[in-house]
Amino acid sequence: MDAVAIEVFLQTLISGLLLGGLYALIGIGMTLIMGVMKIINLAHGELMMVAMYMAYWLFVLFHIDPYISVFIVAPVMFFFGMAIQRFLINPVLRVESILPENQVILTVGIGMVLANLATLFFTSDYRSTPVKYASDAWYLSDYWRDSPIELSLSVPWTVSFTISVVITVALWFFLTKTDTGKSIRATAQDLEAAMLMGVNVERMRLVTFGLGAALVGAAGCLFIPIYYLYPALGGRFTLIAFVITILGGLGSTVGAIIGGLILGVFESMTATYVGMGWAPVGRFLIFIAALIFLPGGVASLLRSRRLGK
Amino acid sequence: MGRPQLLEVRDINVFYGDLQVIWGVSFNVRQGEIVCLIGANGAGKSTILKTISGLLRPTPGEIVFEDERIDQLRPYKLIELGIVHVPEGRRLFTEMTVEENLDMGSLKGESRQRREQSKDMVFELFPRLRERRRQIAGTLSGGEQQMLAIGRGLMARPRLMMFDEPSLGLAPILVKEIFNVINRIRDEGTTVLIVEQNVKQTLSISDRAYVLENGRIVLEGTGQEMLGNAHVKTAYLGV
Repeated sequence: MDAVAIEVFLQTLISGLLLGGLYALIGIGMTLIMGVMKIINLAHGELMMVAMYMAYWLFVLFHIDPYISVFIVAPVMFFFGMAIQRFLINPVLRVESILPENQVILTVGIGMVLANLATLFFTSDYRSTPVKYASDAWYLSDYWRDSPIELSLSVPWTVSFTISVVITVALWFFLTKTDTGKSIRATAQDLEAAMLMGVNVERMRLVTFGLGAALVGAAGCLFIPIYYLYPALGGRFTLIAFVITILGGLGSTVGAIIGGLILGVFESMTATYVGMGWAPVGRFLIFIAALIFLPGGVASLLRSRRLGK
Repeated sequence: MGRPQLLEVRDINVFYGDLQVIWGVSFNVRQGEIVCLIGANGAGKSTILKTISGLLRPTPGEIVFEDERIDQLRPYKLIELGIVHVPEGRRLFTEMTVEENLDMGSLKGESRQRREQSKDMVFELFPRLRERRRQIAGTLSGGEQQMLAIGRGLMARPRLMMFDEPSLGLAPILVKEIFNVINRIRDEGTTVLIVEQNVKQTLSISDRAYVLENGRIVLEGTGQEMLGNAHVKTAYLGV
């Protein structure tokens, strides 16, 4: 391989990892909800779209930088998620004759309503957020003059990735070090046992849906500087989140992180080596491959290794 | 026999959907006793424990703990009152560590403040758990898992501890150990209600016993009386 080929490969890998970090954040939100509620939240991408419009308007109207908006939008989305759980999903949960499938269909409905409301209020125009640093980048040659290859790091992508890592680490601490976090994991692992231990399961459902919405909301804010925005974008990200969740193993947080990174790198490689338009195809190939060859996702590999020792 | 009453179950009926599985069951547990419910598979033993711990509702029927009606309370309220249910099949949080499982036993009120102290007590009772405190619960052996399930229950500092088939699937030597532990728990002041199919061993540690058949109580008496009872002998002890 000559220098150019190596350069292209490394650059593609870097973009893939940066994208994967953001994907992971989206996937973690969905997988948390999946773990506790045992349903796939098919309004996940639409929640992200709502958060992106919030960040967009905060920027346009109040000139608040999207990276600051994370700290406004994520809490708002937390309460929005709790409200959805409390007023829409819980009433359906209580009707015993309704199958869990119907809750999934309910989330599809919520997603449609959100997408159409957004179209109604904001039209279906594509919007982008003109942050000043949108096309800034750091170049390797600026720091290492004699570098044999040239690599660049986009400023907004890198900042977004870094914030998403920070959020993920904070979430990890929350889930492993606090009683509420442990209660969420316990509820996901064994609902009845959690109830017997004194976990208020209904409250955990609210907190979990809120948390899932806040995480995907944060991801929305982090996407704003690097992505355009339109009301129908949600469906696409719901699909991405779904693929990550399957790839990672349903309900596994670590799996979602690894799944997100794999998907990010895979899409980036497909775009470079096959063609831009093929990235979504790559996504489906990896989805089907995961279902056939690794039905339990990355989590099943981690589990068998841990149990095997 | 003059001990004050701790738990009283009054004429409860329990349904799964349209199917009635418990028919007018009444019994009581006095402070400091070990009381057992014995009966065959499907007699309704686990159902009764689940009803006491709030997972199922009696329709109709009353359950009184000390002087308080508890049959309409949510499960998480019951653990605050000091009622702990160690469920059948351990039901550990298998992907959490031993220590995290113990933490889950002490979420509420006073038990939360005494968490570290309670952990030391559990580790003293089951030294093997201390060695494995950072291990994932799903990787423990069957006996260790049962110890952890009991330890997790003890973390709540229970006043009434209910065991559902604690000997299920354990080797005879471990069964003996588990029953010794249950005896010790009672000696340290916790009242015990135990549901078992291992009739002989259970009766020998029980102060009183109730025999459950097809969702009804058909016999009651002291543990020793039951061991000598002709019906118990033929139906459950196989002699």
